[in-house]
Amino acid sequence: MLDTTYNVETPEGIDLRARVAGPVPRILAFAVDVFYRTLILAALGIGLAFAKTAGMGIWLVCSFLLEWFYPVFFEVLRGGQTPGKKAFGLMVVNDNLTPISWGASIVRNLLRFADFLPFAYATGIIAMTLGRNFQRLGDLAAGTLVVYRDTEKVPMALPDAAPLPPPRDFKQQDQLALISLLERHEDLSEARQQELANLLEPITAKRDSAALEYLRSVGSWLLGGRG
Amino acid sequence: MRQRDFENRHRDSWAQLEAWLKNDHHSAEVAALDLPAAYRELCQQLAVAKERQYTNRLIDHLNQLVTAAHHRVYRQQTLRRKGWLHYLLAGFPQAVRANGRVVALATALFLLPALVMGIGTYNNDALIYAMMSPGDVLSLESMYDPGNRVLGRERGSDTDLAMFGFYIKNNIGIAFRTFAGGILFGLGSIFFLLFNGLYLGAVFGHITRVGFVSTFYPFVIGHGAFELTAIVLAGAAGLLLGRSLVDPGQHRRSVALRLASVEAMKIMYGTFLMLVIAAFLEAFWSSSAATPIAIKLGFGALLWLLVFAYFALAGRGESRHAN
Repeated sequence: MLDTTYNVETPEGIDLRARVAGPVPRILAFAVDVFYRTLILAALGIGLAFAKTAGMGIWLVCSFLLEWFYPVFFEVLRGGQTPGKKAFGLMVVNDNLTPISWGASIVRNLLRFADFLPFAYATGIIAMTLGRNFQRLGDLAAGTLVVYRDTEKVPMALPDAAPLPPPRDFKQQDQLALISLLERHEDLSEARQQELANLLEPITAKRDSAALEYLRSVGSWLLGGRG
Repeated sequence: MRQRDFENRHRDSWAQLEAWLKNDHHSAEVAALDLPAAYRELCQQLAVAKERQYTNRLIDHLNQLVTAAHHRVYRQQTLRRKGWLHYLLAGFPQAVRANGRVVALATALFLLPALVMGIGTYNNDALIYAMMSPGDVLSLESMYDPGNRVLGRERGSDTDLAMFGFYIKNNIGIAFRTFAGGILFGLGSIFFLLFNGLYLGAVFGHITRVGFVSTFYPFVIGHGAFELTAIVLAGAAGLLLGRSLVDPGQHRRSVALRLASVEAMKIMYGTFLMLVIAAFLEAFWSSSAATPIAIKLGFGALLWLLVFAYFALAGRGESRHAN
């Protein structure tokens, strides 16, 4: 199937699910990081200008550390997120979805240079688009992934309705479809929900608000509500 | 069981785990929690929720919770306290010896062009201009002109620090690039090894030809022991990556690359350290004009001996114990 979900079976026998992040958010995150890094270097440059030539040496060491180890520091000590990745809700993980370790992080950031070649991360972007999980060369060698860090979700907020049993020939697939409609009741306009409810007119024999009201009641019943 | 009953039954344990994960679990406010047990229960609940096809919201929520707990349970921690010490005393030289053939290849890729170019520039005064612009050649000559009282530029201790920063950024950057280029089927490493070999050969040959021997060799011999070896080792680590892609052996290329990168990093950590030592020496020792030439040459030779002895001997006894 053509999608970006990534599944890992854990030792406990369940599938962990994550969505891998494509080139565009990663490039944007990188741009943010470049901005921060430049800012830090400029600030250091101004601060160390007072130390004359010795300051120059310290500045060069800092710029070396920032160039190669800025991502390593944040990836390992800040839960896989550089400030740029954090801004776009991304995180780096090992490909078994465990937190990234020092070794893997250093490998993927040293190989950044190869991904950059010949210019502007061309190799990395090509590698990302060829692979299934958007891994650049550094990711492939280190066995890492960049995934979306899911935002907190409120578990349930179905519309209140007095529970009613479903019609007799209501198959399981229909039940799932009905519940996912109700789950989205906050995202869809009332009119659109009614429109969707009208599709079930052959089963419910109701239209518009009555149909929607009825479906909500059935949904409430299916999820275990008792009158 | 209907979803609502299922949620009601487990809501408290989920909330407890969530609170535990959010807070620093060392703090006293959060009740103690048996994480592995809570995690296994949660896994079972997620499996049940999926099997019974509860709503996506609930499954997503549980998946998030499981992922967060999974991160805590399977956090990789080094158990060996003396990992670093052991690496320096044995692991690093062992890794270099274990990949002796690749290291030999990297050495050849570096030394042969250096030798050819060195002999070339020594005998032909025009060949150096194939590698450098006339301006660069001029500044190179003036740096090692024995007529100068100081090596390099006018140097005070603050200049030493500035040069240290420069060597760190420049030389370690070169070594990292030499390594990283290896993932392009080894081509990048080969390129950097050849290029650096040619360049260095040209400098050596030319300086020897114009006769600045008494300043140049005492300057380079000390840090060269660490710097040149480190560049070769970085190239060798890169070649390991390249080899895994060209000839993956019994594995899939992706797996072979992963295994090779673990092996290569065993070499790279040590290489990094060697380059830091080299930068120290180059900035604070090699440049001092006050030290007599004989001492510099003697100390430099000692360092070379030390480096070779380290790679030849360190950690040998231990490998015999392990086997």
